Amino acid sequence: MLLALDGVERAFGGLRAVDGASFSVREGEIHGLIGPNGAGKTTLLNLISGLLRPTSGSIKLGDRRIERLPPHKITALGISRTYQNIRLFPALRAVENVIVGEHLVRSAPLWRRLLFLPAAREEEHTARSRALSLLERVGVRERAGARARDLSYGEQRRVEIARALASDPRVLLLDEPTAGMNAAEVSAVAALIRQVATEGHSVLLVEHNVRLVMEVCQQITVLNFGKVIADGTPQAVAQDPAVIAAYLGNEP
Amino acid sequence: MSTLSELFLTYQSLIGFVGIDALLALSVYATLCCGQLSLANAGFMAIGAYAAAILTFHTKLPFAAVLLASALAPAAFAVPLGLPVLRLRGVFLAIATIGFGEVVRLALVNWDFTNGALGLVAIPQRAGLLTIYLILGIALFFFARLRGSKLGYALDSIREDETAARTMGINTTLAKLSMFVFGAALAGVAGGLEAHFTFMVAPSGYSFSRVVDMLVYAVVGGVATYVGPPVGAAFMTLLPEVLRGLGESVGLGPGPLRLFVSGAILLAVVLFLPNGIVSLPLLVAAVRMRRQRG
Repeated sequence: MLLALDGVERAFGGLRAVDGASFSVREGEIHGLIGPNGAGKTTLLNLISGLLRPTSGSIKLGDRRIERLPPHKITALGISRTYQNIRLFPALRAVENVIVGEHLVRSAPLWRRLLFLPAAREEEHTARSRALSLLERVGVRERAGARARDLSYGEQRRVEIARALASDPRVLLLDEPTAGMNAAEVSAVAALIRQVATEGHSVLLVEHNVRLVMEVCQQITVLNFGKVIADGTPQAVAQDPAVIAAYLGNEP
Repeated sequence: MSTLSELFLTYQSLIGFVGIDALLALSVYATLCCGQLSLANAGFMAIGAYAAAILTFHTKLPFAAVLLASALAPAAFAVPLGLPVLRLRGVFLAIATIGFGEVVRLALVNWDFTNGALGLVAIPQRAGLLTIYLILGIALFFFARLRGSKLGYALDSIREDETAARTMGINTTLAKLSMFVFGAALAGVAGGLEAHFTFMVAPSGYSFSRVVDMLVYAVVGGVATYVGPPVGAAFMTLLPEVLRGLGESVGLGPGPLRLFVSGAILLAVVLFLPNGIVSLPLLVAAVRMRRQRG
């Protein structure tokens, strides 16, 4: 198991947003995380990426417990993410956003730049061309020079995926990557997610687009009121009575 | 003697003050560029100035060593101060750092070793224009190279969205603290230079209004790049001299008119030139281009 959650709980006052969730993501797997609104999906991603600390329970990446680490250390161990409400750096250009994402894979001490060493220049050149090829991969290469705030909604989502990939993560957390996209854009993102997984990154995908999740995921975890109500292959989950009840309500 | 060198001699002290104020403006910009409004810099300046003056009086250290000490002394205060206060954001950080500045000033008022409120006078003049502008040049060079570096991008991202920056693997606490300490060192050197340029240090020179001046320089010049703050400092420091004649002709002393005019300029810049006066040429060019197109 690459990423394993065990009895993770997070309470906000009296509300248990995540209530003893346990599941795990395998190496190279596309793992779906679905559930009705307010089920605790985003809270769970915030717990994994270190923006929140669990009230109890453990989160492991490989053999390492990460639930008490600050976000930048968790990213350094190989988890990166996108946000449901898009958090690009608005005044920076698309390519600069991706360069910021490369922070951990760059070795560029400031003294080298202060002394105008050729190594510094070379490193900057590599960082930029790597960022550009990531933008190419997500299909927004021609918008590299535009400020993030001037990009369309769909473009912003794709730049955010490129930025998350820039740190070369072992696990990529995607929080509703296709929200607000049209059908053509959705299938482009689906193809991208599959490709990312074949390159060895695991993907944890939070999505409302159930068809997309059924199509691309090998494993699905269903969350409702902070609890895991089903965990298994898409076929098994789709026929699970608890899942049907959570989404459609019980038969009268 | 040529008119040019005569002019230079007449305005020598003014030129020196422009350089020192430019350093102070950059010291505020150091934290502003990663989105942190810190107002502790008058306090850091005081620590640097007093450290330098005391060393000059009591040791035989060369001036370069004295200046180094005037940078390191406030930096040593900035580390333990920065660790807790940089957890605060926005207005809370501003208030906490104002508190620090006042504590320093009041401590100096009550410190007998440095003559309390009277301060230290007859400090030998050891700072010339060359030294001042050499140090300003070094500071500008640093900021120029910071732009586009890995740390530079990290600071940009913290200013834009600190939470997102943290999940990019950036140790935001360390980055913010580094700039806070660097700003303290710059303010300290400016203090050390000023002490050896005006021959005196006194607590009243490092009051809250001093840090407001620094902030005004930065904002009026423009905080989008490192070029703005020194330009703003030059503009706001030279302006009272230009206005001196004007004030006398309408029967006002230079003091009240200066405050009035700098207040009006600050207001105008904030309202109409959010990127400061350095953005004015660009704006004019844009307007001209639009006109030419018809």
